[in-house]
Amino acid sequence: MSGPSTFVPKSAIGRWFESRLPIMGLVHSSFIAFPVPRNLNYMWTFGAILAFMLIAQIITGVVLAMHYVPSATTAFQSISHIMRDVNYGWLMRYMHTNGASLFFLACYIHIFRGLYYGSFKPPRELLWIIGVIIYFLMAATAFLGYVLPWGAMSFAGATVITNLVTAIPFVGTGIAHWLWGGFAVGGPTVNRFFSLHYLLPFIIAAFVGLHVWALHVTGQNNPDGVEVQNVDRDTVPFTPYATMKDIFAVSVWLILYAWLIFFIPNYLLDADNYNIANPLVTPAHVVPEWYLLPFYAILRAIPNKLMGVVALFASIAILAFVPWLDRNPVKSAKYRPAFRFFFWVFVVICVLLGWIGSQEPGDAMTLVARILTVGYFGFFLVIMPILSFAEKTRPIPASIADAVLAKKPVPAE
Amino acid sequence: MIRFDTKALAAAAFALALAGGSALAQETAEQPKPPRESWSFGGTFGTYDKAQLQRGFQVYKEVCSNCHALSIPFRTLGQPGGPQFSEDQVKALAASYQVTNEEPNDKGEIFKRPGTPADIIPRPEAYPNDQAAAAAFGKAPPDMNLLAKARKWERGFPWFVFDALPGLQYQEMGADYIHAIVTGYTHPDDPQWNLYYPGHKIAMPQPITDGAVEYTDGTPKTVDSYSRDVAAFLSWAAEPNLNERRRIGLGAMIFLFVLAGLLYATKKKVWESAH
Repeated sequence: MSGPSTFVPKSAIGRWFESRLPIMGLVHSSFIAFPVPRNLNYMWTFGAILAFMLIAQIITGVVLAMHYVPSATTAFQSISHIMRDVNYGWLMRYMHTNGASLFFLACYIHIFRGLYYGSFKPPRELLWIIGVIIYFLMAATAFLGYVLPWGAMSFAGATVITNLVTAIPFVGTGIAHWLWGGFAVGGPTVNRFFSLHYLLPFIIAAFVGLHVWALHVTGQNNPDGVEVQNVDRDTVPFTPYATMKDIFAVSVWLILYAWLIFFIPNYLLDADNYNIANPLVTPAHVVPEWYLLPFYAILRAIPNKLMGVVALFASIAILAFVPWLDRNPVKSAKYRPAFRFFFWVFVVICVLLGWIGSQEPGDAMTLVARILTVGYFGFFLVIMPILSFAEKTRPIPASIADAVLAKKPVPAE
Repeated sequence: MIRFDTKALAAAAFALALAGGSALAQETAEQPKPPRESWSFGGTFGTYDKAQLQRGFQVYKEVCSNCHALSIPFRTLGQPGGPQFSEDQVKALAASYQVTNEEPNDKGEIFKRPGTPADIIPRPEAYPNDQAAAAAFGKAPPDMNLLAKARKWERGFPWFVFDALPGLQYQEMGADYIHAIVTGYTHPDDPQWNLYYPGHKIAMPQPITDGAVEYTDGTPKTVDSYSRDVAAFLSWAAEPNLNERRRIGLGAMIFLFVLAGLLYATKKKVWESAH
């Protein structure tokens, strides 16, 4: 699939350039000639959608940073200034805040797709782990960004999350003071969070580069989970096939994005964040943004603070071990009826954990949250290992071409 | 062998969520939620009603501004999509306020001067800072510049899903909240009892009564119309770009639907040869 490019530029200047820096050959082999399994469904367009969202977030973020002033006394007013006085500032800000939500939505679809079709299995373990790192960096970036408007919920969120480190024995409080740049969340905190919020997206971009690189070495997985055997029969070239499909999918995604930006821009935002941060007034109900709610529910489900923090991080870290937890040689859930059932149970568990994360904690809620937390980890630590060996899988097609042909209706005589 | 039925699972999950949602709704029945009103700026393509915003500003100026700050520049009152007072009206209005100059004069003294359209509307004279206001009321009256976006309440499942859908979307909770609070003083013997305020004890005593503001355009001088007008005005103050946003949004949507349609046709044509 990879190896030295066979690309030969048509022009003399192109050949001169290519023999010194083969960047056009890289583009050609990665985005034009790259063989794409011909049975990919629309779930495989989310890579392109995510790349688009990352670029959109960086561009809108760079523009917002030109007008944002990070300090405890100016941050909130500078957002108001962006919304009221900066030309199309409201558009940039609504694109950025709602863009974060759509970035996560696309990312979750992408991750669940990987789980469903076994995209983490050999030879794509590293590709998957790089993806988990990207997701973790995204969560960190989103958290840092959420603090910047310096609203009441920004302050509460920053306080809750940075206080997690105080659970570390002996050195926790010292680390918290070091993170805050003081004895509580305050002006120095918002300033350094801004610095890090600007830095991390570029680190994400670097990991995305590795992600794409690793993908282009192993090639894409596909809905049938059988590897490419014959490039001519099983694949189509990236351009125009995947390019056109990806561009179309991005345009549909843009409709959803535009709906959020222009018609319901405050639907996903917390109203409490339109009140300025006040250390003396904590919002009645502290909740993170929707995309972090399941993890918040897991954190609150554990009675011990340190163990809660451990569970919170374990719930993300466990994804990195999936290639070794699920060792069933059949990749796609299409041919794994039991795994498919438990996969959907897992999806429901994640959604319900998210709902519980948004609710006031109570005895009944905590009990349900604990059961669901056990279910969340049980999927990885119990179901996956057991189904690695105990599942009766359906026969997989001999090749991608066979799978495509099997689906094709026989033309009527 | 057990049959793993994904459809039954989905149905069960939905039923569970629905039960959870309605249980929550019952729990909170004692605290009524602000009723959903009809607004000129509601729905998908609604816009602000200029005359209503002007009346709302009058209510703000004559009543609310005695205690509440509204930190927006005077000039925005003349911008399109808002109350859109004329340039001269905005100038005269700004000049009627005394504004503290940012820089001291050449003697080093802080001084006051008549306002200009570029100035932010000054705080209420009676309460130079939040502490002074809190001393009088027990709680500082909030700045009203973002009030209409800073008030929401839990909608519960499944309504919060509907609130996001085209045609059903609900973005006017802040206006409904303000209207509900202003009209919610239903115990005549207790001026601080409010039907819609969480816990019913509100620091703000009943702010307005029928006939308190003289409208000149024939609009009924009732608490109900005052509260509607001021809620509309504060919605504009919190979201001054709504008209422009929706206009651009409509264009963007038409463009994107055409683009997606064309791209789909192209994609189909390209893939025809692959199968």
